[in-house]
Amino acid sequence: MDKKILLMEIGTEEIPAHAMPGILNQLKTLAEKSLTEARIEFGEIKTLGTPRRLSLLVSDVATNQADVEEEKRGPSAKIAFDKDGKPSKAAIGFARGQKVKPEDLITRDGYVYAVIREQGKSSAEIFKTLLPKIICDLNFPNNMRWGDLDFKFIRPLRWIVALFDDEIIPFEVANVTSGKISRGHRFLTIRNEELGIRNGLNRGEFEIAKAEDYIADCEKNFVIVDQNQRRDMIAKQINEVAANKNGVAEITDDLLEEVLYLVEYPTALAGEFETKYLKLPAEAVITPMRDHQRYFPVKTADGKLLPLFITIRNGGKDYLDIVQHGNERVLKARLEDAQFFFNEDRKKSLEAHREKLKTVVFQEGLGTVYEKTERLVKLVEKISAMVDVEASNSIRAAKLSKADLVTGMVTEFTELQGIMGREYAKLDGEAAEVCAAIDEHYMPRFAGDAQPKTTAGKILSLADKIDNIVATFSRGLVPTGSQDPFALRRQALGIVNLLSGARWSLSIREVVELAMDLLKITDKVGREKIQQEVADFMRLRVKNVLSSSTRYDVIDAVLDDVDDIFAVTLKAAAVEQFLKTPDSTKNVQSFVRVGNLAKKAESTELNAELFTLDAEKVLYGAFAAIKVATDELVDKKDFFGALDVLKKLSTPIDSFFDSVMVMDEDLTIRKNRLALLKSIDNLFAKIADFGKIVQ
Amino acid sequence: MNYQELVFALQKFWADKGCILAEPYDVEKGAGTMNPFTFLRVLGPEPWNVAYTEPSRRPADGRYGDNPNRLYQHHQLQLIMKPSPDNIQELYLESLAAIGIEAAKHDIRFVEDNWESPTLGAWGLGWEVWLDGMEITQFTYFQQVGSQDVKPVAVEITYGLERLAMYIQGVENVYDVEWAHGVTYGDIFHQNEFEQTSYAFDLSDEDLLFDLFEKYEAEAVRVIKLGYVHPAYDYVLKCSHTFNLLDARGAISVTERTAFIGRVRKLARMCAEVYLQQREKLGYPLLKKSSEVSA
Repeated sequence: MDKKILLMEIGTEEIPAHAMPGILNQLKTLAEKSLTEARIEFGEIKTLGTPRRLSLLVSDVATNQADVEEEKRGPSAKIAFDKDGKPSKAAIGFARGQKVKPEDLITRDGYVYAVIREQGKSSAEIFKTLLPKIICDLNFPNNMRWGDLDFKFIRPLRWIVALFDDEIIPFEVANVTSGKISRGHRFLTIRNEELGIRNGLNRGEFEIAKAEDYIADCEKNFVIVDQNQRRDMIAKQINEVAANKNGVAEITDDLLEEVLYLVEYPTALAGEFETKYLKLPAEAVITPMRDHQRYFPVKTADGKLLPLFITIRNGGKDYLDIVQHGNERVLKARLEDAQFFFNEDRKKSLEAHREKLKTVVFQEGLGTVYEKTERLVKLVEKISAMVDVEASNSIRAAKLSKADLVTGMVTEFTELQGIMGREYAKLDGEAAEVCAAIDEHYMPRFAGDAQPKTTAGKILSLADKIDNIVATFSRGLVPTGSQDPFALRRQALGIVNLLSGARWSLSIREVVELAMDLLKITDKVGREKIQQEVADFMRLRVKNVLSSSTRYDVIDAVLDDVDDIFAVTLKAAAVEQFLKTPDSTKNVQSFVRVGNLAKKAESTELNAELFTLDAEKVLYGAFAAIKVATDELVDKKDFFGALDVLKKLSTPIDSFFDSVMVMDEDLTIRKNRLALLKSIDNLFAKIADFGKIVQ
Repeated sequence: MNYQELVFALQKFWADKGCILAEPYDVEKGAGTMNPFTFLRVLGPEPWNVAYTEPSRRPADGRYGDNPNRLYQHHQLQLIMKPSPDNIQELYLESLAAIGIEAAKHDIRFVEDNWESPTLGAWGLGWEVWLDGMEITQFTYFQQVGSQDVKPVAVEITYGLERLAMYIQGVENVYDVEWAHGVTYGDIFHQNEFEQTSYAFDLSDEDLLFDLFEKYEAEAVRVIKLGYVHPAYDYVLKCSHTFNLLDARGAISVTERTAFIGRVRKLARMCAEVYLQQREKLGYPLLKKSSEVSA
């Protein structure tokens, strides 16, 4: 069968850069789903995009839908035919309804069936409704109306190209009729003006004759429509420009991805700024450059900031000097502002700035940020004691941790919170660990960000995050679905990774208790609810962290109590290791048998004298012999060691079940045997619920 | 091109595209959007195309006349077209050419900026327009104003006149901009900047301002209940400016801030609602006129 190329270009006003990757993915998924549902075979689906266009390019598309044959069940054979085997009224009616002849009905399993054969329509015909539906089904984080239309899209939709090889697929969306006319780069497509406008094309418009020429036609009109090609061009140009200036450009993925969708035709250029601004903290220079102007910073080979920046122009190489000069002016004004705020901020010490936190609300109904820092002081004292580290630096850092929020610099550049605090603390002569902790306590700032390095940073980070979680939960704002305005999931994940990385055992419950005291949450029921919610919330994060390295059944087996997160991670590792030892299957089976019956026990009260049978005496003896050792190993968190000891019970357990009738008619004996099993099971339960292990 | 010529060129350009040219509104305000020619007129089904300059006061941005870029009061050229024309971006780029900014010689970008004014109960989607990295224009498709859906959609284009003038004249300091005939921006506004900033940051009487806010608010409510939108709206603007003065003085804590903004938003919504009823009662005169013209 013939194969063709399908092209749809949705032309729009400039789409927000950050939304583009998501939209292109969505477009691909929708196209895949629609074509499959329409029974139209296709080869490869590509989605391409620039700020002004979302394009769908599908190779090897069948020119017709696949035919279908469908059977529809009708009345039972008894009703469908009379004595003579002729179709009854019921059968004739059914056949008419299904548009088949009564004599074509088939009988199977006591029913008649109509076989409906539908011949596939031409794909071009199907696309007339399929393509506009794809456009309408696109979902956006933010959509808008324009003109006098009710139609909503991410930005106004201005043109549509829809071609099946060279055939236009005609349809209309939002008053725009599809065709073969696209638009080139806003400022570079003067060619057709030079050539004299032909075929009634307006400025910047061009015709795409065949879908297969799409990418090349765009390029002729100064649009690099393939984002991968564009990304490579940008990265290569940045590196070349930086190398020309004897520097190394710092290309962060986020910025590259954003700039990628701000330009249709990239040209990198470098600009300079005065060296006097290099006296500011590097981040105070980089932030206005990168986050506000989308410039790439340039450093020396050994990482020192150079008074240079690289920007990507949406256009060609003409008049680059004008563009450079303009950008330099803007950056100068920004850096001048940064210098002004820095000088103003430095008129007071960081500690003196802290006073102003008394006017800044933390969360609704939960006092000021100043009060929060007082809570943090108490929390870091407690946590330091729990993990047995010196508290003085974390206490100092806790006091100063939020003071930079009211400085001019952070008010202007909010993304510098913590970082300016660190820099101002350094200039005030605070201890190095205190300075680092002020910055580190916000870590991880984004998914995949680093963890705090200093002890004080770790302690303060834990305190801040637990206080945030408890405070937010106390307002009834537990994150649900996509609702997580305070990024509490990221913070909880930070806690889990921090504790397991630092190998710190501490009771989250105890810290939460103190956090609630400090937040003056007094209602007993409310407190228990928060404890429960925090535990459930943490459990999911622990599960999340473990899932990258651990069997899911092992995770389930150790998640019952997540109060000591570090211990949970050790248990998971120990159980996994144990499952790899010889005889583990048999040992686990024995453990599970104990667990199953132990559920019937009412207590662990044992009377050794009541054991009369050999097997039970042996098991009791074995248990008594290892109990203390096991407890000690568990206390030392040597869970594998503990399991190694516990497996000695396996053989006695099996003999016990072989020869002892646990559910004895004598209730005293029965109770005593159950108590033994329960006591043994309690030892296992300190490590894992082996009933959850899938053998 | 001096400042005055810049304004003329933009006014002429948009007048030729069918806009009426209006004067600035004479009540203090933070942005051209608050002029009733925008705030009220974008509501309802009637077509509306207007351009005007607007002095905009932002007390917290004042720098005593010391900063080359920041001002207590700056000027905007504000354009509203309702419904938004299909070729509005192209028209905008043509308007830049009319003031000597040829797109091909620069780097012009439309960078996402979703505009929101909590005080006005207004939001829209659009961009900041960057000229070689400098924001020169705010470009917004209004979706809601006064907590009412804007339908048809009005597009708002706001040029920052000082920035454009600085760029065109190649000066680094706003006070060096030539307004006309050798008279500079500094000659006209420097003393005003110094005094207004001093007043906003150091001299204003907080008690008086709080008192005024209450009184303006009460008067706005009283008058809107009588059904008189325009005088009521003047008091809403006065509330807003008084709030900005208090804010610059640091007299409003972060908690109170939200509450104050909410009070102004409520007044703005009342005005918007009554305005819509009023236009309906009048039978949407501009709608009739436009259908007569097109017929």
